[in-house]
Amino acid sequence: MARLYAKGRVTGFKRGKRNQRVHTSLLQIEGVANQEEAQFYLGKRVAYVYTAQKAIGGSKVRIIWGKISRPHGNSGLVRSKFRQNLPAKAFGASVRVMLYPSTI
Amino acid sequence: MARNQDVAPHVGKLSRSALFAKKGLYKRKFDGKPAAEAPAAAPKEKKIGGKANGSSRLIPAIRAPKFYPSEDVKAPKISRKANGGKTSTKLRSTITPGTVLILLAGRFRGKRVVFLNQLESGLLLVTGPFKVNGVPVRRVNQAYVIATSTKVDLAGVEVDAKFNDAYFTKAATSKRAGTEAAFFKDGEKEKKEFPADKAADQKSLDKQVIAAIKKTPNLDKYLGATFSLTNGQFPHLLKF
Repeated sequence: MARLYAKGRVTGFKRGKRNQRVHTSLLQIEGVANQEEAQFYLGKRVAYVYTAQKAIGGSKVRIIWGKISRPHGNSGLVRSKFRQNLPAKAFGASVRVMLYPSTI
Repeated sequence: MARNQDVAPHVGKLSRSALFAKKGLYKRKFDGKPAAEAPAAAPKEKKIGGKANGSSRLIPAIRAPKFYPSEDVKAPKISRKANGGKTSTKLRSTITPGTVLILLAGRFRGKRVVFLNQLESGLLLVTGPFKVNGVPVRRVNQAYVIATSTKVDLAGVEVDAKFNDAYFTKAATSKRAGTEAAFFKDGEKEKKEFPADKAADQKSLDKQVIAAIKKTPNLDKYLGATFSLTNGQFPHLLKF
């Protein structure tokens, strides 16, 4: 199957030094180096895909869907909100940044 | 004379009905016909003396105002209540009839298809063509599509008006009236045959589109190929 998503990594939760806001996750998208480039991905849907032991609806693959909401900082990181907050074990894990809703 | 006052910008002190009563609009008859325009008074020609002044001048019947307010007059807010509250979906400027689109989601994700026109509902009417890449004439949402710069010249192609939103809506399935016999069947699903008239519609539409595609070398192969991202390709840097 062809890849129709950009690859990204979950770097952590939005946080200050001593408090973290688990409702917002930070994503690093491959190839995005600054805030200008990150503008393309705003609003795009994101999928955190993982597997589990128990098959639900015939599949062991599970997805937590989310959206990229805004850029984070100057270096191309991006903030995102998921339908369920991401589990902390997702840090460093891959995330799929879909190309829709498309504006081009 | 102004009959209402503003409590805040665009918010009047009197309600719609109170204003109606105050203005005495019950006295007026509205018949839906626009008021007949008074014929514009013709400009007068005036003779002027002097050699170098031209012999005559045209003087307008209504003079230009002596006073102009220093601030612009505010335009009234555009009401969204017209047309039953429905606003037409704006079509992206990059999408024109004949544009090759990449489908991003759904059964045919990755396929390159030809855009035909936008339907009443705002969805895009699209076809593979079917022979080229297996995508039938279908509706697709703008948000799930990337418009490429490749265009097919659909100048001679006429898209039948029968392809409207009603053509694509699923036929209402009859309510299950507790048919136990059907419930306890083998579990085999009866495969419905694709309606022959729809297949014929597809063929007649695609015949024209394929003729337009054949004019450009390799365009049919391009449409048959599926789009995919590879390592080192980043969507924000790609020029579609």
